[in-house]
Formats: sequence, structure tokens, C-alpha cells
Amino acid sequence: MRFDSALGLEARRGPVAVALKVLLYSGMALIFTGPLVALLISAFNETLDPTAFTLWPDSFTFENFVQAGERKVYLYLFNSFVVVGFGLLLQVIVSVFAAYSLARKKFRGMSIVMLIMLTTMMLPEEIIAIPLSLVLADLPVLHLDLIGTYAGMILPVGAWGFSILVMTEFMKEVPVELEEAARIDGAGELRTFFTIILPLCRPALGVIGVFGFTMIWDQYLLPLIVAPESSMWTLPIALRSLRSDEEVGIGVVLAASLLALLPSIIAFLAFQRQFMRGLTSGAIKG
Amino acid sequence: MTPTLTRARPDTAVPHPRPRRARWRGPLIAWAFLTPALLLFLYFKFIPMFTGLTMSFQEIRYIDTRWVGLDNYRTILTDDAFASAIWHSLVLALGTTAGSLVLGLVFALLIEGPARYLWFVRTAAFLPVVTTMAAVAEVWRIMYHPGDTGMLNSILGWVALEPQPFLASEDSSLLSIMGMSIWRGTPYDMMIFLAGLVGVDRTLYEAAAVDGASTWRRLRHITLPALRPVFWILFTLAAIRGLRVFVEVYVLTNGGPNGSSEVLMTLIYKLGFQTGELGIASAGGIVLFAATLLLTVMVQLMRRRQTTS
Repeated sequence: MRFDSALGLEARRGPVAVALKVLLYSGMALIFTGPLVALLISAFNETLDPTAFTLWPDSFTFENFVQAGERKVYLYLFNSFVVVGFGLLLQVIVSVFAAYSLARKKFRGMSIVMLIMLTTMMLPEEIIAIPLSLVLADLPVLHLDLIGTYAGMILPVGAWGFSILVMTEFMKEVPVELEEAARIDGAGELRTFFTIILPLCRPALGVIGVFGFTMIWDQYLLPLIVAPESSMWTLPIALRSLRSDEEVGIGVVLAASLLALLPSIIAFLAFQRQFMRGLTSGAIKG
Repeated sequence: MTPTLTRARPDTAVPHPRPRRARWRGPLIAWAFLTPALLLFLYFKFIPMFTGLTMSFQEIRYIDTRWVGLDNYRTILTDDAFASAIWHSLVLALGTTAGSLVLGLVFALLIEGPARYLWFVRTAAFLPVVTTMAAVAEVWRIMYHPGDTGMLNSILGWVALEPQPFLASEDSSLLSIMGMSIWRGTPYDMMIFLAGLVGVDRTLYEAAAVDGASTWRRLRHITLPALRPVFWILFTLAAIRGLRVFVEVYVLTNGGPNGSSEVLMTLIYKLGFQTGELGIASAGGIVLFAATLLLTVMVQLMRRRQTTS
């Protein structure tokens, strides 16, 4: 007898057991994907009941997505992509740089820096939302007003403790000999970093990339604070006012919701392995 | 250049007493690489945190700002709206945490195994975790439609149950939010439990089978104890997430009907951005932070005790 799992369900191959398993697993898949599938189908359906989803579409149409254009949904989508594009770029660069220091250098004050990283991870952004809005309206020393700008939505997500720590852990694994060899060959600090360390960290870049993407895409309070004008809204915060606007039909809300969901689902499906690795390292190692 | 020369270089190039400049260079480069991260943290985490702390002791008006000491905190701890918001946050956090943990564990046990089709089910079940909260909440709002044509009410109708008001009733609004949060939290817990299950020593299962132990006893005495550390980590993560919940409530009910689902964060948001009570709102934030910190420290202590024992 094999023991691949705690319950040993896989070893049961009788007809009743198989039938029960099929029922169980399809039930599970249905519970967790059902609402998403319902959205997918309804968003392409022509006649819409505002109170219910359609699981059997009567006619396939793009009409909802056309109407969504009239309600500026694609502008919101564009804003979301601008924020996630530049935000992720900044976040990855910042994380990689910081991780290089933490993983490869020895210097006084390192433990304090680590403590700072952990503190920021324990500090939920919801809690600092109100003072953050004041800080963003008038940055200390620089005296810039970031309210109503892309920078206001991008800079606060630029540094993320989780990304930095995942990257640091990974960089510690890169053998020191490679770095020393490069240095002996006369490569400078930046050159060593870009040609030796960074290429070896590509798997970890996938991990922080996909996590960063979903994290920034899911931002809600930050754009809510930063973008008072609807022209700067990101798609997630636009959904709520689309729905409460009497003139906007349910079809537009469904189309917009689908557009808001798809990018992070696609990112997850494309980078599944990296996602799972980051998930377990993040939660179990802390 | 001859091979002998290149091989000799490292020995001569790194003499023990380093020149003064080289000793400074290392740390300087380290700090240079850290600067962007530290600067961003300073501006968008630490300065807001200290601003918030200061504001929590002040009464903030357009014209003048007054130092009021602990008055804001006193308001929070005596105010009925805050008391019920704190209560709702706790109920929501505990309910969501417990629901996700129990269901996550059950699903993880049912779905454990190396088979290909199980991997497929896992991927499908994991989708809710990566979805955008705001969009998912819109979807659930439609599913929760209180009339008998609503999706969930139709399903209840098939099994001959009365249609439920869900979000529209004071009695069930909080429970309905909890339902959606559990739906989104369960797959996450399930995945982490699965990762924990991989680490359980297979030879123990075999030994138990040799001793004639039943599946239930194997589960009770081998599997569950092995998952205990994972369980506590998940508990803290979920409880902290539950305490600071905002988007779910803001989108689904915005605290209604009649304040029956108002949580701490939605109340703070309303006070800060709609009523302009910035001082009280900040104090609320600090209270929430203190609760979060307390939970984290408690679990750190618990983890330390587990690793030493």
C-alpha cells in the first residue's frame, strides 16, 4: 500500500469511490470558479436581468464592451495599466537593489534595515491611509502635491517589504565564487550586479513580478485617496460608481468587472509555478 | 600573460591590511543600493505613521489645530458607533479566519496527492485568491440579490429553501460579507496547508498502518500535529487581514443597512474623508495598528515556543 496522502483517497479505485471523487472535485471547482464563470458568460450576453447572472447565454454580443467605452471604462483600464506598469518596474528595481545590499554586503546597521523592512510589512496600508493622504498632498521637504497624479499612485507601492525579502533570500543562494571571479577580472560593482547576479536571479524575478502585479492591480484605498477626479480613476475604484450610476446598465458593470479581473488571473495562470513558490516561501518562512 | 601569473594574482591583489578607501567603499555601496527603498519607506510608510500618531492627539480644524491629549482615544472607546464597529470587525475577522481555516484544511486533505487532475482542481480552486477584490465584490453583490431571481436565492430555491435577504437585511449583512471573504480566503489556506502536508513524514503513515491504526487516528495523531505551526501562521495572517478589512465592506454594503456591517476601517474612512474628523480617524487607525501589533507579537512568541519545545 502506498501512502501519498493523509487520507489515502487516491488509492481508492472502486466505482463508488471514483464517482464520489468526481462529484467532490467538480463540486469544489464549481464553488470556487462558478462566480467567475458566471461573470464571463453574462458579460457577453445580450439581454440582461439586472438581478441575476445568466449561465446559458441567449445571444452572444460585444455590445456591453462597446457601451463600456462610452462610460470611459477603457480610460480607467488605461490608468490601471499605467499605474501597474510603472509601479511594478519601480518596485522590481527597488527590490533588486535593496536585496543586493542585504544579501551580498556586510555593513553596520544591517539588522536595523532588516527591522525596518519587517516593520513596514506589519504596518497595514489601510491604517496609514488618512495621514498618507495629507503627506501625498504636500510631500515633506520636496513640497510636491501628488494628489491627482499617476506618481501619487505609483511611488507609494514602489517599495514593498515582501518583494525585498523574497529577493534577498534568493540572492543569498547565488555562489560567492562567481562574484569574486568577476571582480578579479576587473568588473566594477554595477557590472558585476547586472551581468552576474541579476541573470542568476531570473526565477526570483518571476516570483516578485507576479506578486507585485497582483498587489498593485488590487490597490483600492490608495487610488481612492489619490484620484479625486474620475479621469484619474483606476478600474477597481471606478466599478463602484459605475454600478451606482442609474444611467449605466448592468452590462457595462459586468464588462468592466471582467476587464478588472482578467489581468491578474492571466498573470497568475502564466506564472503559476513562481506564484506557488512565492506563496509558500512568504507564508511559511515568514 | 602566462598562466602562472594569472594564478598568482589573487594572493597578491588582496593583502590583509586593506587600504583605507576600500574599507569605506563596501558599506557606502551597500547604503547606495538601499537608498531608493529606504527613501520610499520613509516617505510613504514612516512619515505617514508618525503624522498619524501626532494627529491622533490633536483636534484638526481648517483654521487651528488644537492639542487634545487622549481625548480622541477616549471618544473612540466610549462612542457607540466605534464600539459596534470594533465588534463587527472582530466578528468578521474571527468568522472569516475560522471558516477559511476549517474549510481550507478539509479541502487540503481531500485534494492532497500527486495526480495530474488534482493539480488541475487546485489551480481552479485557487483563482479567487488572485482576483481583484473590488470586481469580485461586484460579482457577489449580484449573486446576493435579495429577490427570488438572485443567483444564490435560485440555488436555495432548488433545495426548497426560503429566499434570503443577504446584504439587504441587518441580520444577515455581516454574515453575507463573511461568506464572500471565506470563499476568497479558503483556497489560500488550502494551498498553505497542502505545502505543509508535503512535509509530513511518510514513514509515520506506514508505521501507523502496520500498527493497524484507522485513517481517523492517523489524521489525529500524525497529520494534524505536523500542521500545527502552519495553522498558527495562517491564523495570524488571516486575523490581521480580517481586522483591517475595508474593500469588501465598502463595496458590498458600505457599512449598511443601518450600520449593521460597519467595520473599523469603513468608519475611519468615513470620519476621515467625509466628516473631516481627522484626529479621531487617526486615533482609530492607531488603535487598529496596536491590535495588529499585539496579534503579531503573540504569534511570534508562540512560534518561538514551538521551535524550542
